[in-house]
Amino acid sequence: MPQGDVVARRRAVDERLAHPRRNIVPDRGEGDEAHRIAVFQRMMEGVGGTVEILDDVNDVPASVATYLRNTNRPARIRHGSDERLTSLPWHRAQTLEVEEGRALDADTASLTHAFAGVAETGTIVQLSGPANPTTLNFLPEAHIVLLEAKDLHGSYEEVWGRLREIYGPGQMPRTVNMISGPSRTADIEQTIVRPAHGPKDMHVIIVRSL
Amino acid sequence: MEQHASEFPANVKRAIADSQLQSTMTETGPRFIEKRAKARANLPEFDALRDQARDIKDHVLAHLDLYLERYEAKVVETGGHVHWAETAEEARAAILSICKRLDAKLATKGKSMISEEIGLNPALEAAHVTPVETDLGEYLIQIRGEAPSHIIAPAVHLTRDQIEADFRKAHTHLDPNRDLTEIPTLVEEARQVLRQKYLDADVGITGANFLISETGTSIIVTNEGNGDLTQTLPKAHIVIASIEKVVPTLEDATTILRVLARSATGQDFSNYTTFSTGPRRADDPDGPLEYHVVILDNGRSNVLGTEFQDMLRCIRCGACLNHCPVYQAVGGHAYGWVYPGPIGSVVTPALIGIEKAKHLPNASTFCGRCEEVCPMRIPLPRLLRHWREKEFEKHLTPGAVRWGLGVWAYFAKRPKLYQFGTRIAARLLHVMGRGKGRFTSLPLAHGWTQYRDMPAPQGKTFQAMWKERARG
Repeated sequence: MPQGDVVARRRAVDERLAHPRRNIVPDRGEGDEAHRIAVFQRMMEGVGGTVEILDDVNDVPASVATYLRNTNRPARIRHGSDERLTSLPWHRAQTLEVEEGRALDADTASLTHAFAGVAETGTIVQLSGPANPTTLNFLPEAHIVLLEAKDLHGSYEEVWGRLREIYGPGQMPRTVNMISGPSRTADIEQTIVRPAHGPKDMHVIIVRSL
Repeated sequence: MEQHASEFPANVKRAIADSQLQSTMTETGPRFIEKRAKARANLPEFDALRDQARDIKDHVLAHLDLYLERYEAKVVETGGHVHWAETAEEARAAILSICKRLDAKLATKGKSMISEEIGLNPALEAAHVTPVETDLGEYLIQIRGEAPSHIIAPAVHLTRDQIEADFRKAHTHLDPNRDLTEIPTLVEEARQVLRQKYLDADVGITGANFLISETGTSIIVTNEGNGDLTQTLPKAHIVIASIEKVVPTLEDATTILRVLARSATGQDFSNYTTFSTGPRRADDPDGPLEYHVVILDNGRSNVLGTEFQDMLRCIRCGACLNHCPVYQAVGGHAYGWVYPGPIGSVVTPALIGIEKAKHLPNASTFCGRCEEVCPMRIPLPRLLRHWREKEFEKHLTPGAVRWGLGVWAYFAKRPKLYQFGTRIAARLLHVMGRGKGRFTSLPLAHGWTQYRDMPAPQGKTFQAMWKERARG
């Protein structure tokens, strides 16, 4: 192969990896916060998830307690060390037992703070780490997600932009989970059943921006 | 996996006579088609995204060696290990060696066609490592000792009745009087049975839909969450993927992900789309302690640069199967190896040789629906035709067919003779069939008339009628 080709090929690859470019981004999720919330809610509810919209993040503990009561679950919740969760006024939900750490087999409900939401497909994005351990997304039967509307983007590409800012170009946390509803399967006679192996319920609490 | 592709004609006869299979395929077939059409209608940018997805993959294939190198460097940088496997044997050896070092007894598995291709499960069992499939469809066929019959829905050929019987047979520790009539109850039972396996597994083995060069990341997509439980809980996560899975950047992966689920199941996005990079970090409270990626060639690099290269764009969505009249008629097992349907008919000869797979490229009417729906715009009919040409060149086509083709070619190259012959045949058939208007049986055409009637021609050839109308 001629020398020029070898150099040209290498340069093409270096260039593409050094300067990641967006391809076509669908219109669907684009719009103001109200629009993005509406699209997200429609998509999440369409697959059996539930969505609650709050104006004040301090109402979250009471919301969580109510949700667990309404779905007949024990008044117990586990979350990670995410400051945005530990700093919530948990005293406003006196009867709720709040535990911290990675998920254990016996946990019945978890609470995570989403890194982002994506309106395009009603997706929430969780990053691994002590703040929101990955097992919280999969082991308990109920997964409650706190999503701040300012983090609810139109499309996935915006999430990648933010990740690169925080972790550096070409760097990722160990796991990025993009979750678009409660766990399901259609493997028996194409009949959709929830749950399969992951959570049975996904409840997203969106807190609007001021 | 053992191949039975050479038994395709016998497999087909059996499949067509299998009334259970026929009724299942008839019922499930249209649903996949409807769902994809609906997903496409709901995303105006869908077809333009397919074009971009094709372009991304073509770019990668033209620079595959470089993207693989960069991918490996990133995996190593983030604390993972890459094992290059030229053959299925090398891939199995790499995985078994990891299991042995870790003294693994139990391996949970996410759905992976590559693991079928290399025959991983029997090798694990022989090494006293118990593999447990966690994708529900894969679990269902594992307990039956069957191979998957569809790329996305491995147990699409099974009925509720069959599954109930299988569960009663396999889950002997449960109350034999329990009620398993409802489908949700069956799924719940699978959830319970597999839950403990996830927690007890020493090693978790998954495939990868994509490998990202930019970040050294592997992507899996599931709806069940089984892949995530498989890869997060055990001591080690082993990814098994083939060389053409690599894509350059996160944005490129995202573009292709947008057409994947929509083409496969009609969902906008798979429920769990997970990006994994390396083992547990210093401050991670959970996650695997080791992360390994086994990258398999198994004949794919031989396809690069040939007229068959486009098949390497495949993202294993199964849309071509769902829209193929032949697949819908015979199901996946008839194809006799890992990959069924149109893509299977193109990939199987490339990986196990045209000699063994010679029937598969002929299992097509070239209706073209596969190419129409392929998210990566793979020209499947053209590739099937290339295989038929190869088959002919190698004299693999049965003697009778070669003779028939030879006779046809003789006449086709002599238009006057051809027209003379067809004029006579049209006239003769018209006279013979004038009473009923069709033939329920015809000499020399038993293969056709055994299953369908042959309409009687109206007496003139097309060319004759064309001339008449041009004159008049």
